[in-house]
Amino acid sequence: MADMKVAAYICQGCGLGDRLDTKALAGVAKKEGKAAIVKEHEFLCNADGVKMIRDDIANEGVTHVMVGACSRRAKTEAFGFTDVCVSRANLREGVIWSQPETDEAQETTQEMAEDYIRMGCAEVKKMTLPAGDPAAVTERTLLVVGGGVSGMTAALEASRAGYQVVLVEKSGALGGWAAKLHKRTPGKSPYADPQETPVAAMVAAIEGDANIKVYLNAVTSKISGAPGRFEAEISTESGATTTEKAGGIVQATGFNLYDANNLPELGYGKSANVVDQAGLEALAKAAGGGAIKRPSDGGEVKRVVFVQCAGQRDDSGKHLPYCSGSCCLTSVKQAMYFKDANPDIDTVVIYQDLRMPGQGEDFYRSGQTKGVTFTKGKVSGVEAAGNQCKVSFQDLILNDQAQIDDADLVVLATGQVPVSGVDIDSKLKAEIAAAAGDNSLMEAYNASQQEGAVKPVSILNLTYRQGPDMPQLKYGFTDSHFICFPYETRRTGIYAAGPVRRPMDMAQAVEDATGATMKAIQAIENAGIGRAAHPRSGDLSYPIFRKEGCTQCKRCTVECPFGAIDEDEQRFPQFNQARCRRCGTCMGACPVRVISFENYSVETVGSQLKAVDVPDEFSEKPRILVLACENDAYPALDMAAMNRNVYSAFVRVIPVRCLGSVNTIWINDALSNGYDGVMMMGCKHGDDYQCHFVKGSELANIRMSKIGDTLKNMSLEEERVSTFEVAITDIERVPQLINDYAALIQKIGMSPMKGF
Amino acid sequence: MSENYRNNFLREVEEKVEEGHWVKMCMQCGVCAGSCPFGPHWAHPPQEIFMMIRAGKREEVLSSDSMWMCTSCYQCIVRCPRKLPITHIMHGLANYAYRLGLSPKKQPTQQFASMFWNNLAQAGRVNELKLSLGMYFKDGFAQGIKNAMAMQSVGLGMVKAKRLNPMELFAPHGVKDKSGFHAMLKKAREIEDRRKNLA
Repeated sequence: MADMKVAAYICQGCGLGDRLDTKALAGVAKKEGKAAIVKEHEFLCNADGVKMIRDDIANEGVTHVMVGACSRRAKTEAFGFTDVCVSRANLREGVIWSQPETDEAQETTQEMAEDYIRMGCAEVKKMTLPAGDPAAVTERTLLVVGGGVSGMTAALEASRAGYQVVLVEKSGALGGWAAKLHKRTPGKSPYADPQETPVAAMVAAIEGDANIKVYLNAVTSKISGAPGRFEAEISTESGATTTEKAGGIVQATGFNLYDANNLPELGYGKSANVVDQAGLEALAKAAGGGAIKRPSDGGEVKRVVFVQCAGQRDDSGKHLPYCSGSCCLTSVKQAMYFKDANPDIDTVVIYQDLRMPGQGEDFYRSGQTKGVTFTKGKVSGVEAAGNQCKVSFQDLILNDQAQIDDADLVVLATGQVPVSGVDIDSKLKAEIAAAAGDNSLMEAYNASQQEGAVKPVSILNLTYRQGPDMPQLKYGFTDSHFICFPYETRRTGIYAAGPVRRPMDMAQAVEDATGATMKAIQAIENAGIGRAAHPRSGDLSYPIFRKEGCTQCKRCTVECPFGAIDEDEQRFPQFNQARCRRCGTCMGACPVRVISFENYSVETVGSQLKAVDVPDEFSEKPRILVLACENDAYPALDMAAMNRNVYSAFVRVIPVRCLGSVNTIWINDALSNGYDGVMMMGCKHGDDYQCHFVKGSELANIRMSKIGDTLKNMSLEEERVSTFEVAITDIERVPQLINDYAALIQKIGMSPMKGF
Repeated sequence: MSENYRNNFLREVEEKVEEGHWVKMCMQCGVCAGSCPFGPHWAHPPQEIFMMIRAGKREEVLSSDSMWMCTSCYQCIVRCPRKLPITHIMHGLANYAYRLGLSPKKQPTQQFASMFWNNLAQAGRVNELKLSLGMYFKDGFAQGIKNAMAMQSVGLGMVKAKRLNPMELFAPHGVKDKSGFHAMLKKAREIEDRRKNLA
C-alpha cells in the first residue's frame, strides 16, 4: 500500500444531521484531516451508504476510511471493510447522545464532534492493514494431559469433531478418580439414585477410536512451541521418549483428595473405622453391592456418620480455606450405599451448609426420602472407642453439644486439591504479600527452596521463559476468569478442564472438558490462519518489534500476561505470534517504544490525542483525555449514552485495547499538549479481576502509581492523571466519574502547560 | 445403644402423626421460624421441632407446648420452599402428644381445644354460652366471676342484639339425630386408632 488515500464519510442519520453542523465537520475532515474525499450521507449504514464507500474503494483507490457516525461497537458489519484501514469517529454515542440537546450546549457539542473527526482522521493515517502471518501453520491434533473423566471427555469430543488426539495418562490405566468409585452421583433424570460410572464405556470408546492415541504410564516431559505447532516429548515409565505434534492442549490433570492424615482430631489414623471418601468408595467396591463391613473387625455396620467440610472451609490457615463443591453430593451418594442395602442402618450427615450443584437438590431430596438424617452442625472431634467411634459435634439448629457414641463408620469429606504442577509465580506472590506486611507466603517460599524440601513436579514442562506450568490464581487452581471465560488460561492454546480449574463434580467436569475442547479446537483453527484467540478473536495484527531500538530491558517478556515472549540467543525478545492475545501490554511496557501493531500503536493513539484542538488557558474550556478500555469502560460509556446519561463536554475518549497497553508517553504527550487531566478507565484488578487480559489493568495501575513524582517534577498536581476501575455495568457511575473529575479539574485550575 | 440421631422416633412420627411423613423432608432453611407471627413466644419453632424429631428427642418434643402455640395462620405453609404442610404437622404432633398423655397440662390452647371438642361432641353443635362460661371459670370460681363481670357489657349487648340466648344454658339445642352423630364420631375414632396403631 504505497499510496495512501484517505476518505472521510460523515453520517447524518440517527439525528446527527439535526444536532450537528455536518458541513462544518466535512470541512474539518477536508482541511485539517487532509482527507482526499469527504462525503456526507443521510443514512451511511444503509445499503446505499455502504455502496458509496465500497465504490470509492473500488474506483477511487481509497485505502484509508474514516467513518464519522456511531460508536465503533455499532454497525460493525456495515463498516467492517477488511481490505482498507477503518477508523471510527464516535459522533452518536460519544457526542449527541451524551450531550444535552440545548442551545447553550450546542457550541461545545459541535467542538466535541469536530475533535472526534480530527482524531479519526489522524488515527487512520497511522494505521496499516494487518498482513496476517503468511507462515501460520497448524497441526490438527489435540494433546490431552490426564486420562480421567475430564481428559477422556476431551479426547472423545475432539475425535468426534474430526481431530486427532494424543492422550497422556500418568498411571497405568484410564479412568482417574472415577475409576475408583463404586458408583457415581446421578447424571441423569430422575437424579434419585447412584448410577454406574461412565468409565468402562468411555475406555471402550477410546480404545475403539482410531483418532485417539493413548500413552499410559507417561508424562509430558517437555512441551515447546506455540498454538498450532506445539511439540511434546512424551516419556513413558520404561524410559522411552516419543515426540508428538499438537495444535492445542487440554490440561485435565484433576485433583487429589486433601490428605486426611492432617486431621488426627477427626480420628483419621487413630481408628480403622474413620475413612475419607476414597476409603469408603474402596470399601463399597470391595463389598460389591453387598453389605459394607466395619474395617476394624469386619463387624456389621449399623450406624454411619458423615463429617462434611473435614479440613475444608477452614479459617485457621491449617487446612483448605475453600469449599470443594462436590463432597456433599458424594456423601449423599455414600449414605445411599447403606440405605439402599438396608434401610435400618442409621446414616447421619453432619454439615455446616449443604451445597448441591446442578440437579443435586433432587438427589438431596431423594436422600431425605430414603431416611438419611441431615444435621446442621460442626464436628469438634472423633474418638475411637473399641470398634466404634464417638463423634462430638455442636448441633447448630438446636444449639446443643451433641454426641453420637456408637458410630461404626465415620466418613470424612475432605476436599479437592488441584494437580497443577509448579506455581511459577510463587516468589512474586510472596514478594507482593510481604510488601503488604504478610510474611507467611515468603516463609513458605523460603521453606520450599531449602535443600531436602519436596519440590513440586511440573506437569506440562513448558519451555517458556516464564516457567514450566500455567500461572495459578489461588490455592493451586489455574488462572482463568471462571465466570467470563472459564476455560481460558494464561497460556494461549492451552486450556484447563475439570477440577484443576476449580473444584467440581463429575457432571461439571464433563461439561468443562467439552467446553475446553471446543475452545482448544478454535485455537487450533485460529493458529492456522494467524488469527488471535479470545478475547480479540479474529485479530490478524500482532506485535511488530523494531530490534535495532531494543535495549534488552526485558520488561515485555516479564510483563506479558500470556508468556508469549521468549528470549533468543542474543537475549532479544522473541515474539511467538500464535501465543499472543494482542492486548498490547508489551507495547505499554516498552520504555523505548519499539513494539507496535499494524493497526494499533503508540502512533495511532498519540496522533489522536495530539489532533485535538486544545483551547487556551482563558477559554474556560478544559480538555480531559479519557483512555478507556475497549472491553468494559468503552461499552459502559456507549451504554450510558444510549440511556442519555449526560457527561462533561470537555472529555475526549480514546478506546485502548487494554489499560495495560497504555504507554506512559501518551500521558506525557497529553500533558505537554495542554490537556488538563487524564482519566484512565480499566477493569477491576486483584484476585477477583475483570480484566480480559488478566494482568493488564493491574500492570497499568502499578505503572501509573509511579507517575506522581514525574508530575511533581513538571510542577503539576498528581490528580491530573487518575486511574479508575470501571465495570461494564457502570452505566450510571461512569458519567458521574467523568463529571466529578471535570469538577475537580475546575477546582485545581487549568493546566499551566498550554500553548507551548 | 443411644437413641439420639437415629431414625426410630422419626419413624414413629411418620407412622402415627398426621402428615408426619413430611418431617424428614425439612431442609432446615428456617423460613417457617422466621415467618411465624408467634415466633418469639415459642420454645421451639417448627424448624427446631423437626430437627428434634430427627435427633430422636422424643420426650422433649411430645411434652413441648410449642405445637400448641400454633394459631393456624398458615404463613409457614405458604412460604415453605419444600412445601411441608407445617401447620398440619404441628396440629398432628399436638394431637399425638395429647393422645399419649404427654402434652403439657394446663396449656391454655389445649384446654380450650378439649373444652371445645367436648362441648361440640355432646349435641353436635357448639353451645357458645356454655363454652364461654366454661372458659371464664376454668381457673376457679372466683376468677370466673371476675371474668364474667369484666365481660358483662359485651354479654348484655349480645343478648340485646339477639346474638346470645340465655335459655341455651338450660335447654341447649343440638343436631336432629344425636345418637347417630355419636355413633359416627365413635366410628371415626376407631378408624383413626386403627390407622395410627393407637388402640
